[in-house]
Amino acid sequence: MAAKAEPWQTAEVPGPKKAMVITNPRIVAALIRRSKNPVLIVGSMAPRIKLSGGDLVDYAIRIAEAAGMPIVSSPSVLGEFLNRGFRRVLSMPVVDIANRLTDADWKGVENKGQHDLAIFMGFKYHVCWLILSGLKHYSQNLKTVSLEMRYQPHALWSFPNISEEEWEKNLNEIIKEFKQDKMILNKVKEVKE
Amino acid sequence: MVSEKNIRVKIDELRSSIGLLKGVEFSIGKVVSEEWLEEIGPTQFPKITDLREWDFKLLQRYKPFYMPFCDLCCLCTFGKCDLTGDKRGACGINMSAQQSRIVLLACCIGAATHTSHARHLLEHLIEKYGRDHPINVGGLNVEVEAPITRLVCGVKPRTLGDLEEVLNYLEQEIVRLLAATHTGQEASNLDFESKVFHAGMIDHVALEVADIAQISALGFPKADPEAPLVDIGLGVVDSTKPVIMVVGHNVPSAAAIVDYLVENGLYGGVEVVGLCCTAHDTTRYNPKAKIVGPISWQLRFIRSGLADVIVVDEQCIRADTLIEAQKVKAPVITTSDVNCGGLPDRTKDKVEKIVEDLVLGGQPGAFILDPEKAAEVAVKTALLIAPKRMKFKAIPDVSDIVEGAKKCRKCDDCRRACPNDLPIRDALAKVLEGNLNALASLYEACIGCGRCESACPVDLPLHSYIVKAAEKRIKEEKYKIRVGRGAIQDVEIRNVGSPIVLGEIPGVVAFVGCANYPNGGTEVAEMAVEFAKRRYIVVASGCAAMSIAMYKDEEGRTPYEAFPGAFDAGGIVNVGSCVSNSHIAGAAIKIANIFAKRRLRANYEEIADYILNRVGAVGVAWGAMSQKAAAIASGFWRLGVPVIVGPHGLKYRRMLLGRKDNPEDWYVYDARTGEKVYVGPAPEHLFYAAETKEEAMVMIAKLCMRPNDTTKGRAIKLSNYIDLHKRFFGTIPDDIHLFVRTLADVPLTMREEVIKVLEEKGWKENVIPDPTLLPRLVKKKVGE
Repeated sequence: MAAKAEPWQTAEVPGPKKAMVITNPRIVAALIRRSKNPVLIVGSMAPRIKLSGGDLVDYAIRIAEAAGMPIVSSPSVLGEFLNRGFRRVLSMPVVDIANRLTDADWKGVENKGQHDLAIFMGFKYHVCWLILSGLKHYSQNLKTVSLEMRYQPHALWSFPNISEEEWEKNLNEIIKEFKQDKMILNKVKEVKE
Repeated sequence: MVSEKNIRVKIDELRSSIGLLKGVEFSIGKVVSEEWLEEIGPTQFPKITDLREWDFKLLQRYKPFYMPFCDLCCLCTFGKCDLTGDKRGACGINMSAQQSRIVLLACCIGAATHTSHARHLLEHLIEKYGRDHPINVGGLNVEVEAPITRLVCGVKPRTLGDLEEVLNYLEQEIVRLLAATHTGQEASNLDFESKVFHAGMIDHVALEVADIAQISALGFPKADPEAPLVDIGLGVVDSTKPVIMVVGHNVPSAAAIVDYLVENGLYGGVEVVGLCCTAHDTTRYNPKAKIVGPISWQLRFIRSGLADVIVVDEQCIRADTLIEAQKVKAPVITTSDVNCGGLPDRTKDKVEKIVEDLVLGGQPGAFILDPEKAAEVAVKTALLIAPKRMKFKAIPDVSDIVEGAKKCRKCDDCRRACPNDLPIRDALAKVLEGNLNALASLYEACIGCGRCESACPVDLPLHSYIVKAAEKRIKEEKYKIRVGRGAIQDVEIRNVGSPIVLGEIPGVVAFVGCANYPNGGTEVAEMAVEFAKRRYIVVASGCAAMSIAMYKDEEGRTPYEAFPGAFDAGGIVNVGSCVSNSHIAGAAIKIANIFAKRRLRANYEEIADYILNRVGAVGVAWGAMSQKAAAIASGFWRLGVPVIVGPHGLKYRRMLLGRKDNPEDWYVYDARTGEKVYVGPAPEHLFYAAETKEEAMVMIAKLCMRPNDTTKGRAIKLSNYIDLHKRFFGTIPDDIHLFVRTLADVPLTMREEVIKVLEEKGWKENVIPDPTLLPRLVKKKVGE
């Protein structure tokens, strides 16, 4: 993996606290496993980003289903999720979900309390950059992960700037990790039975 | 030494040996006859904390959400200071205060720019037309000629000279506001935000002063709904004639060019075309002038070589204008002391000598502060240099693009520099396959900044490549725009006041601001047309008004041809340039004053409270870029008008967001009883950035709802909100229970599906109050 932890937009130089680079997609799976209440936040660009195995909405659904977490979608993408039969989705403008994620008393997407992990994908670069900056400074106890193809310095964890092929491979790796978890769980269950 | 305010004396009635004096005011040696009988309200010439209580009411509901652009503060030598998370800087400031401080700085820059513009314009107009030249923005049709000035300053300007006192006040306030941003001054982010609102209010007064002065003195359309249609677009320029291009916002030099041409029988022989707001105002001065387009068109138009002389005044002018102009051998004349461009001051030189130096001497340009002299130089130079230049251009041929594509290193630095992340490298690669379409397709979303070229390690003129590839489309850019009409007539306000306040006209949507669009200007036109078709009142100004024009329907009509220019349901109203935004705020104020008979004079809180609770107006600055746009938006916030920006607007680094899930935030007083009543999140946000056009459109419909809507009005507003939500998002909104107060609010055609949502959400009926946030407006207290 050609790790190059520099912001994609050359001039968007952040500050001293920059995202740790996800060098192995298993890191993402581990973060989700450890999280008590994760949420996947999907932006308006998702249906327009086409990869060989589907668009980014497809990948968001696969990740959310594999990891068992809800999705908050930008309003203009809601229909894409519903049309594909994914129901564990809440439509909310990105500024609203970000604002709520900074409120320690918020009840969360499914009324389970404030989230401890927010994962982002499918946004315009600068939109994600600014939203993550807000969360970096103002959310308490929230870990943020960017699954975008470009390095997002304000997340806690981010992919570096990578190729589309590497990106897709990484997303598939994350999904595979959870599928393996399920296989192991099923085997344990079988052994117990 | 005493200040001007300290020696102002007001006399309601004075009997003396020389007779009876009534309503007289003395101020620094001048006597202002006072015939305005309206009682002066509580906040005349408000100081920076006089409206703090009102601001805090707004900020309590619409809390700032900061998105720091940078983790550091680098404003003093203590720094750089790392403010990440809960860290504080060496001066003790935290991140929230720092962000709001930067917002205040931006708004001070904006307000100072408009005030400086107004001061320059006023001095020029007074010199030319006299201090006693009357203010007249609409004859008998406009009695409330300066609603913002009356509201804020409590004065009723009758002449150009009366506006000087207003500007004195604005200048004092801006200095005070700017002082608050110094190290070791304001510590609270909320106090900074209150000052941001103050800067916005100051900015609105400045806008009004500038525009009513120029409307009155320069004969601009006076509140005319049928102002003429003029040409707009790169394709409208007659390249067979010498072309003078005017750029900026401050019209005296452009107006002087028109005068010189007319007086010397040259009009028709020379093209006068404009960019940005000077273009708007030049067509307001003379509708034979033409508009090239919004600010983003600067670079492409200069490089097209069509302009033989470029005359710039102030604001939003590219800092590399002189460099670009030299590439096409077009002289530049700078005319403003805030934008001298490094050129020699030729103000006192003879016209013939300046012209000779520009035409024959190879001088790149001249700085001329006298508008009349600048005009004469511009015209004479254009006439002499046009045959020499032969429209020399800096746009490459296709063969040059092919050669450039071969040199491309495929580093993607162009894309990484592009604000809209355009895939320039990929498009250039396709040129080698003989395909220019990919490059041409970037044209719509290209904002014309040229950052791609600066980033290119092999110096490819990438922006020019895009322009060349889109040449055919550019030549077809021929549209019509209605000339900026200026103010809204009082009679129009009377006609629409009731349906707006009751909600039967679903809203007033103002498309304003710059051209930093995420996907091109067509989106603005599409939004404007959609809301006009839905019988909203659509208002426009500045670059947004131009973008609306650059669109045609199936019958080949531009929106200004397809929709009337009246301030009425289904109208698309171009008020004019940036400073004409004052008429949009002014219309909201006049609804409170003329329709609802609320006292206007120095009565800011009450009028803002009225607008927030009753006037369903929303501003949309889809391509907001500048500090001026920030100041204009903040003026609307204090007045209770929400503003939506496009995704680039997030870079203003702070939103003002309501929380519809916190019911306690949405209580108002019922002015009839004094009871506190839940009214739902109406309007939900005060400053909001949408990711997409569709998201913005649904939010526009939603933010037009107000607590005072009648059941009929709320039903109309809800039906628009639900319909747009279903169309763009595919579902019925999940928050309609928050906006339905009684079953009569439910749109008849959507009754079944809405009732289903209400039942799912456990909805309960509410009362519709006479809403106010101001306890002093309660007529009867609870228990009385």
